[in-house]
Amino acid sequence: METTAHIDFIAAAYAAAAIVIAVLILWVIIDYRAQRSKIAELEKQGFTRRSAERPPRQPNSVEQAKEQA
Amino acid sequence: MALVDLANPSRFLKLADHVIPWLAGVTVLIAAFALARAMAAPDDYQQGATVKIMYLHVPSAWLGMLCWGLMSAAALGTLVWRHPLADVTAKAAAPLGAAFTLLCLVTGSLWGRPEWGTYWVWDARLTSELVLLLLYLAVIALWRTVEDPSRAARAVAVLTLVGAIDLPIIKFSVDWWNTLHQGASVFRLGGSTIYPTILMPLFFMTGAFTLLFVTLLLAAMRNEILRRRVRTLQLMQAKAAS
Repeated sequence: METTAHIDFIAAAYAAAAIVIAVLILWVIIDYRAQRSKIAELEKQGFTRRSAERPPRQPNSVEQAKEQA
Repeated sequence: MALVDLANPSRFLKLADHVIPWLAGVTVLIAAFALARAMAAPDDYQQGATVKIMYLHVPSAWLGMLCWGLMSAAALGTLVWRHPLADVTAKAAAPLGAAFTLLCLVTGSLWGRPEWGTYWVWDARLTSELVLLLLYLAVIALWRTVEDPSRAARAVAVLTLVGAIDLPIIKFSVDWWNTLHQGASVFRLGGSTIYPTILMPLFFMTGAFTLLFVTLLLAAMRNEILRRRVRTLQLMQAKAAS
């Protein structure tokens, strides 16, 4: 069978794959930007998560506190 | 970093920010190599060049099923252990699984027309694969129906575990019923029936598709965690306004 036989079906399959993969990549990129911009907007208005306001906990803070006590 | 530390969404976000760009780069390189090998592969002695559709169809089918298997494991994580990232994983994975299952059906139809003389036939393999796509759409719809993510997660987890019964049906449909779709030819007792010069590019393409899936899944999980943070902040905003 010649390589060019049914070339339209092969091209259509690869085009469909390219479209589906492109849509998925664009979806995650656009969604990421949208969520980041929403968070930035809300934080500008003064709304932040309580855990974000606390200083990061040191890994051995409990042990150190016990030693200090 | 211990594996259990990844259960913390903040730590997961930090890790994802570092890993995703590298993973995306590796995916592009592997995909370019795999695609070059697929294009250079010889034609099949019976099917001719249409065998090149296999390099898209088989990895898509594999990912459609792998994704539901992953969602089933995440469903157990939600129902049994209430793992913080389990329902995030399940929600992020569903659209990816739906996309790859759709691609499997489309490429299968485009392969079937020149080989079988028809785009579609209601045989067991094709029908069970279509059922998988409908299950994905049902899961996506259920996520959108229930506003509270933790309540939606439990309902989706039950549906996911019930839907998992479709996976062995898809896999063994060609053995249990008389189907137009061919039987297992890659992983089977007695070895693959595909000649190595055609089989190796298939493995490379499957690897590339799997890497793409992992990259997209991590990115979608990061987006879902951010979406939940937006929801928390919006609830704080609404409370402050009232």
